[in-house]
Amino acid sequence: MNERDLRNQIADVKAGRLSRRDFVQRMIAVGLTAPMAGAMLSYSGIAVAADAIPYKPTKAGGGGPLKLLLWQAPTLLNPHFAIGTKDQEACRLFYEPLAGWDKDGNLIPILAAEIPSKENGGLAADGLSVTWKLKPGVKWHDGKPFTADDVIFNWEYANNPETSAVSIGSYKNIKAMEKIDDLTVKLIFPQPTPFWADGFVASFGCIIPKHHFADYIGAKSREAPANLKPVGTGPYMFVDFKPGDTVAGKRFPDYHVATQPYFDTVEIKGGGDAVSAARAVLQTGEYDYAYNLQVEDEILVKLEAGGQGKADLTLTGHIEYIGLNVTDPNTEVDGERASLKTKHPLFSDPEVRKALNLLIDRASVQKFIYGRAGVATPNFLNNPERFRSKNNAFEFSIEKANQILDAAGWKKGSSGIREKDGKQLKFVFQTSINGPRQKNQAIIKQACQKAGIDVELKSVVASVFFSSDVANPDTYSHFYCDMQMYQTTMPQADPQFFMNQFTSWECATKENKWQGRNVCRWQNKEYDETYKLAQSELDPVKRAAHFVKLNDLVVRDNYVLPEINRLNVIGVKNGMVLYKSGWDNDLAFIATWHRAS
Amino acid sequence: MGNYLLRRLIVALPSLLGISLILFVLLALAPGDPFGELASNPNVPPEVREALRIKFGMNDPVLVRYVRWLVAMFQGDWGFSFASRVNVDTLILQRIPTTLYVVGTAQILALAVALPVGVLAARRPYSIFDQIANTFAFIGFSLPTFFTGLLLILIFSVNLGWLPFVYRADLQATGWQWWWESIKQAIMPITVLGLYQAASYTRYVRSAVLDVIKLDYVTTARSKGLDERKVIVKHVVRNALIPVVTLVALQMPTVFGGAIVTEQIFRIPGIGSLLISAILANDTPVIMAVTFVFACLVVLFNLIADILYGWLDPRISFR
Repeated sequence: MNERDLRNQIADVKAGRLSRRDFVQRMIAVGLTAPMAGAMLSYSGIAVAADAIPYKPTKAGGGGPLKLLLWQAPTLLNPHFAIGTKDQEACRLFYEPLAGWDKDGNLIPILAAEIPSKENGGLAADGLSVTWKLKPGVKWHDGKPFTADDVIFNWEYANNPETSAVSIGSYKNIKAMEKIDDLTVKLIFPQPTPFWADGFVASFGCIIPKHHFADYIGAKSREAPANLKPVGTGPYMFVDFKPGDTVAGKRFPDYHVATQPYFDTVEIKGGGDAVSAARAVLQTGEYDYAYNLQVEDEILVKLEAGGQGKADLTLTGHIEYIGLNVTDPNTEVDGERASLKTKHPLFSDPEVRKALNLLIDRASVQKFIYGRAGVATPNFLNNPERFRSKNNAFEFSIEKANQILDAAGWKKGSSGIREKDGKQLKFVFQTSINGPRQKNQAIIKQACQKAGIDVELKSVVASVFFSSDVANPDTYSHFYCDMQMYQTTMPQADPQFFMNQFTSWECATKENKWQGRNVCRWQNKEYDETYKLAQSELDPVKRAAHFVKLNDLVVRDNYVLPEINRLNVIGVKNGMVLYKSGWDNDLAFIATWHRAS
Repeated sequence: MGNYLLRRLIVALPSLLGISLILFVLLALAPGDPFGELASNPNVPPEVREALRIKFGMNDPVLVRYVRWLVAMFQGDWGFSFASRVNVDTLILQRIPTTLYVVGTAQILALAVALPVGVLAARRPYSIFDQIANTFAFIGFSLPTFFTGLLLILIFSVNLGWLPFVYRADLQATGWQWWWESIKQAIMPITVLGLYQAASYTRYVRSAVLDVIKLDYVTTARSKGLDERKVIVKHVVRNALIPVVTLVALQMPTVFGGAIVTEQIFRIPGIGSLLISAILANDTPVIMAVTFVFACLVVLFNLIADILYGWLDPRISFR
């Protein structure tokens, strides 16, 4: 089935000649999944009833206390300053964005009346503007009405560099904002913007009230009393906050969904470690929910045997991958190691890269290290499913790797290590200190040994490895060694930001203080061009095809070796019914959480 | 005496300045970055990170930053936490009550156990009681608190289900219920810390009493036919406890400083857990303030210990 057939069928559905169900079934017959078919329809302007978030209670309140355990404690409650996930989660009790992302990477309206689309006139055909209609009757916790002025204020607030909001990246691309009426705002972009759902959506999209923050825009932002005593539109009202310890809230009686929330009070306790957090939910049942349980699956299974709760897994786009250095870390050019002017002496041979790719035993890594919390993958871009390439596969074969290296002229020397033209196949392989990663390194080293490649393992403390310290040579962005492994997170359901990490202008160099995101320093003209096309392509089907191509380009050059697509693991006490999406904060839909009666 | 105090205080000033300089430079040179978390979030452009560094004055030379910090400190401005953008003194004051309650009670428990056990053990050295007390003391201070803490959690929370292992500073209950809950949740951490401390105190008390009990004046007191009880309480313990008092005074800063490991295990929101999370987040102003307050307390309690010593033992004079 080619693009034209598809389009014709979509047109048939639109005109009513083909039922939506028939369309989805035809798509499944040609190998597409139901969510993908649904997504295609919605992007073509047909509202697909997204799976409604399950909610049984018929009235708000009466659910007693809700106890949440975050093993990293929230330290601030202003969504525009929320650096870490822990802070963003805590903000979601009190603040809400216009829309959030559901499990399949579709938008769900929260403070918006509807999601802008071509059909409802929300999306301009030229991609230069988006009009949001706000939900009427929404009140702030202090009783004032929520209006378009608040929305526009958030753009001004975050966009002011003096405010030093970490959310500025989501707002700086909005050129102007127009208030059409009290419940309608228009966002105007400087160029056609297919990914318009950035500002005002999900965690950095949480909206703070103008009447509490208007005096604290710019350099005075730190002094706002509401930074510590939030007043939002969310399901819970502020009660108490001790930075680094607890956040407490109580039910907001005037919440804009009349039957929500179910719980009367909510408490977030922070601190400790992931394993004991898992224990407090799964084994002793002291808490209802624990987030981000980065615990080996083996331990989780044992704790689940305690019978009080279960681990819950959600798809994300986070990818654990191995990067090979394109540049030479051991040669200095103009006072810079791993300069773009150098080429890696060993990896510049594509056969060596191909062999290395065959030496990663992804299936075993999944089975023995990550368990339920990881899926072995050949792709860098894995989710949402509509962006996942079907063109790649992974294989583990020491035999084939040996054949490739033999054929390429890398002969085993007296020490058992392969060499060619006086160069030995010896690599330094670094990663951050973290139990699963060290095991993973050992598995790869073992396989490489059998293929006559010597790998020296190096591990760096995580706080150093992931720091942006310009002077420290051991950070992942300096990448002063041959191979490295870490997880890169995909924060949004849209891959535009995610995939810019292989564009040539993002290379991490001395010039940009190693702040560029392209740490392997892989450069490819075709990639750059395709990326630019994807950035401005308004047709969702074509745009998805561009991203699939971007993934294939980077993966097939074997400099970037994807390994495991990580899942988000949380602990849930038995009886709790909670909806959560891998594309938004865990607590994004906390208003709908309830206990099954 | 007044003269002596003044002299000690004057000497304390340069040493505190020295300590603060060393702390500051060490922290500045240490690897890590408070905005590291921003680095791994692709939604946050690098310019934001750079702007924050400039705003918080992190790109200035170390000495400039130190002088700025010192001047502010003298004016009572402790700076604000990078992580929470809250004033550091507010953060510390929030944590002090919990730490005082848990660590302070643990110290009292330690003394309540160590004093009688140590004295009784020393009265009849190498008796069965002494052997048992010694064995327990050795076990007690050989087992690290993170081990005993987990052990207690396993027994009392997981297996028996009697006690909660997550400490909450914001208990919902009121009245008697509140008291009962706060005692219940503090039992395990206080026991862990108290018994650990008691073990080492016991050893000190025992050896201090042993030193004194052999002296001639004790024999004299006994040969005068004094009641054994009187001999121990009035003649032996009084003199033997002088070094122990000093030891306890020197331990006092920890009561304020908190117990990093134990607070982490039981999620107690005290100074120790504030310090460790600040260190993990590279939150320099908080680390600086907590360690500096700690240094001041050490200097202060050293002084108090010296003065107490002289007061308890008039043979020592202040010169």
